[in-house]
Amino acid sequence: MDLLIIFISAAVVNNFVLIYFLGICPFLGVSNKLEKAFSMGLAATFVMVLAASVTWLINHWILIPFNLPFLQYVSFIIVIASLVQFVEMFIRKISPTLYRALGIFLPLITTNCAILGLALLSALREYNFIQSVIFGLAAGVGFTLALCIMAGIREELDLAPVPEPFKGAPITLIIAGLLALAFMGFAGLIAG
Amino acid sequence: MAGNPVKRSLFYEFIKGLWDESPVFRQLLGMCPTLAVTTTTVNGLSMGLATSFVLVCSATIVSLIRKLIPNQVRIASYIVVIATFVTMADLFLKGNFPDISKALGPFVPLIVVNCIILGRAEAYASRHSPFPAFVDALGMGVGFTLALIVLGTIREIFGSGTIFGVLNFEPWVIMILPGGAFITLGLLIALMNALKERAK
Repeated sequence: MDLLIIFISAAVVNNFVLIYFLGICPFLGVSNKLEKAFSMGLAATFVMVLAASVTWLINHWILIPFNLPFLQYVSFIIVIASLVQFVEMFIRKISPTLYRALGIFLPLITTNCAILGLALLSALREYNFIQSVIFGLAAGVGFTLALCIMAGIREELDLAPVPEPFKGAPITLIIAGLLALAFMGFAGLIAG
Repeated sequence: MAGNPVKRSLFYEFIKGLWDESPVFRQLLGMCPTLAVTTTTVNGLSMGLATSFVLVCSATIVSLIRKLIPNQVRIASYIVVIATFVTMADLFLKGNFPDISKALGPFVPLIVVNCIILGRAEAYASRHSPFPAFVDALGMGVGFTLALIVLGTIREIFGSGTIFGVLNFEPWVIMILPGGAFITLGLLIALMNALKERAK
């Protein structure tokens, strides 16, 4: 039950992108085509689950026993950077088409603040190992969800007569604002 | 005469961060902290200053060590440099301004992954000598801080319903909520686009 609450809370109620503002760059950058958005979401989710587990292990087996919490940021970001490198090689091997489609955004997952944010938040909330992994999965699902909804809307938007100054980023941001308001409707779903 | 072009270009390196290549309004970099912490002017200002500190220090260091770093591991090395300065900024804020540190929450450590900093390190500091890199980073930092102050002030005024205590109106709660952040920034960028269009 506890795990279910963590999952729902991170995936919809406190959606990483729309409520916590984590991972806005890929959200604005890759959300123009539905297919691309979905693959990006999957890749990020994969990294998030891995990052949540590995950073938990590092935090609890190395940093806390040796009293090195000030190395948290440095070690977390190194772990994430190497994980992304790993995922990049993996995707290139499995699906070269997808690798080309994601292009520059794949290495940029390293600087996706959703991933570091996830590691820091789960350390801050003192989750145990299973909770951290579920939290990572839920954050990934929430990220994919927001990205796909946005991509769906933007595909329609291509046909809409948007005023000149609003073209591109401004209209995307305003839609994101409306989506964030809609997501607040989930707030009553669970308490806390 | 000989000194003039250098001087002018250095001045340009500084000034371009404020308007032409404003990191927030033009390049759309560093969106996450921009949207998340700008509920009040003070939060925006402190986030801007912390980011500028990290930006300037890491750009200078990256530029100093640019010839020592092998090309393949450069991004990882930059991130380590950046993370070091972020840890310093975070400990400083926690020690001296605990309230601000609490208000900014996880967004202080998240300066590590602010794309402005890595972007400047990769696009500018790794190719220029320390002094221009310092000036460039300073300009970008000031531009970022200004954008955060503008956004924070607008959201604080409308969200709290008072303008310098003179004009009182019903506060627009939406401005403090996440949705308001997105919409305000969207409108501001549209305004910038419209102004640029007219200037042509």
